[in-house]
Amino acid sequence: MEYEEGVKALVTYILRRTMSAIAVMAMVGAFVFLLLRLAPGDPAAILAGRAATTEMIAGIRQQLGLNDPLPIQFMRWVWDMLGGDFGNSIFAGRPVLELIAQRLEPTVSLSLLTMTLSVTVGVSFGVLAAWRAGGLIDRTLTAISALGYSVPVFVIGYFLIYFFAIQARWLPVQGYKLIADGLGPWFMHLILPTLALSLGFVAFIARVTRASTLEVLTEDYMRTAAAKGASPYAMVVHHALKNAGVPILTVIGISFAYMIGGVVLTETVFNIPGIGRLVVDAINNRDYPIIQSVLILTSGLYVLINLTVDLAYTLIDPRIRY
Amino acid sequence: MTLSIITAETKPISRSRVSGLVRFARRHPLIAFGGGLLGLLIVLALAAPLYAGDPVNMDPFQRLKPPSSEMWFGTDNLGRDVFARTIYGARISLMVGLLSGACAALFGLLLGIIAGYNRGIDSLIMRVMDGLMSIPTILLAIALISLTGPGIGILIVAIAIPETPAVARLVRSVVLSVRERPYVEAALCGGARLPKVLWRHVLPSTIPALMVQSATVCASAIMTEAALSFLGVGVPPEIPSWGNMIASSRLYLAIAPLTIFAPGICLAVTVLAVNLLGDGLRDMFDPRVIRRR
Repeated sequence: MEYEEGVKALVTYILRRTMSAIAVMAMVGAFVFLLLRLAPGDPAAILAGRAATTEMIAGIRQQLGLNDPLPIQFMRWVWDMLGGDFGNSIFAGRPVLELIAQRLEPTVSLSLLTMTLSVTVGVSFGVLAAWRAGGLIDRTLTAISALGYSVPVFVIGYFLIYFFAIQARWLPVQGYKLIADGLGPWFMHLILPTLALSLGFVAFIARVTRASTLEVLTEDYMRTAAAKGASPYAMVVHHALKNAGVPILTVIGISFAYMIGGVVLTETVFNIPGIGRLVVDAINNRDYPIIQSVLILTSGLYVLINLTVDLAYTLIDPRIRY
Repeated sequence: MTLSIITAETKPISRSRVSGLVRFARRHPLIAFGGGLLGLLIVLALAAPLYAGDPVNMDPFQRLKPPSSEMWFGTDNLGRDVFARTIYGARISLMVGLLSGACAALFGLLLGIIAGYNRGIDSLIMRVMDGLMSIPTILLAIALISLTGPGIGILIVAIAIPETPAVARLVRSVVLSVRERPYVEAALCGGARLPKVLWRHVLPSTIPALMVQSATVCASAIMTEAALSFLGVGVPPEIPSWGNMIASSRLYLAIAPLTIFAPGICLAVTVLAVNLLGDGLRDMFDPRVIRRR
């Protein structure tokens, strides 16, 4: 009986959480939809591009149904996106989704490498600092992390390029090589961008890990574990880290979501032809369908990651109530 | 495993009549250092016309020159004085950063108090905040700027809006806990009007959290301004700012690294100062933090 009630509560929680995620997406959708309508000038003229004739603009207006009431236009726009139609790029004239797919590999490579590095280094630093709180290691790591999240990614990027690529000539200055052309060149081109982008995230993750581990270390069960003769390693890894897991997981989720902003800058610094460059070019060309699609897709990813993290809590930590 | 971290050491109150400021600085070194550094940067930026040269004067015969006694950081690709540009860049970066931070704190405070007190529009406000939060800061700012075209005013608003939700959430959570306190109830029972209660009894308790959050927001706003200017959508190119200096010099990194490093280091130091100030404030207001001498 009690079990059934628990399951019922869990299902209600999942449904409620999913509904609120959908509400947030609707909000973002409305904002992004209005972006093109609120932009200065006639949307049809914007979409037709600079070299459009009056007939072409009228044709586009008819074709996109821009004469219909706004709510109907919005519903149709959402319906098209759900069917995978994100419109055509003004500049390239090709489907936006196709352009995004072409740029996906560099961005995904950079993000995954950065995330792997940030989580491993960030969590280890954080635990290490908490374990010897107040000591030399802790103070050094805290100072480094304060510095780490104060240096913008494009500043550290140019420092890395100058010292490791221009002066030392160890690594390529800029650019990207596809995985298909060999793992070696691919990796070599990604080392500096990954280091630049990771710095802030390492600092951020280390900070939260330190704080939440420190809190756990003062719990009674840690004293019990110590009294029972558990080794420091077992205490930190089995007891502390497991209980400090929830905030750390949240931070990893947030980091993933924040990454796209850093990716735009990193790709500009290192001249990597990814989604970030696509957005920057789209802004310069006022290519609204691309800007809109990237906004929708990135915030969709954010909402999805947050939803997953929230639902994962209930699995990791049974104490969390729903 | 040492658990000595728990033992709180309280500093004996100094009997000697040292000035309060020095005592405060000693007890809160982060606030003193961060605040002092920030104050110094502001003074240097404001006093720029007194000691720095002309930041916009171009000299085609003096392009990409190394540092000299006249041009301390050398010249950029258009023959402009990099030192003067860096100093003048501080003015715009600090102004845009601090103003957007202040705007975000103000918007967030208002929305947070309204959401925390009025259950009716709470969920509407918070859903809008969630929506804003789900769009990456830089992309949201760019989208807002694209509505009007570049300019300082829209830039400040466009940087402030993405930062607002974090403040609003925080203020709302404080208000939610404070509104149940007996003194608030007592004030209302005593016949005080709601706006007065909010102003006199609820607002003050949000101040500590708001101050800490404002520092974080300012640091983030300064970075966002630089990033937007770097991408070419922030401060218009005719005004020197750290972001657009880095952008316009990036092809000359190998020849004249100072044209990028000077504004880059200034940017990092400024953000660091604001962050340290924020960390210091957090330590001061957080009773759980163990003070060590």
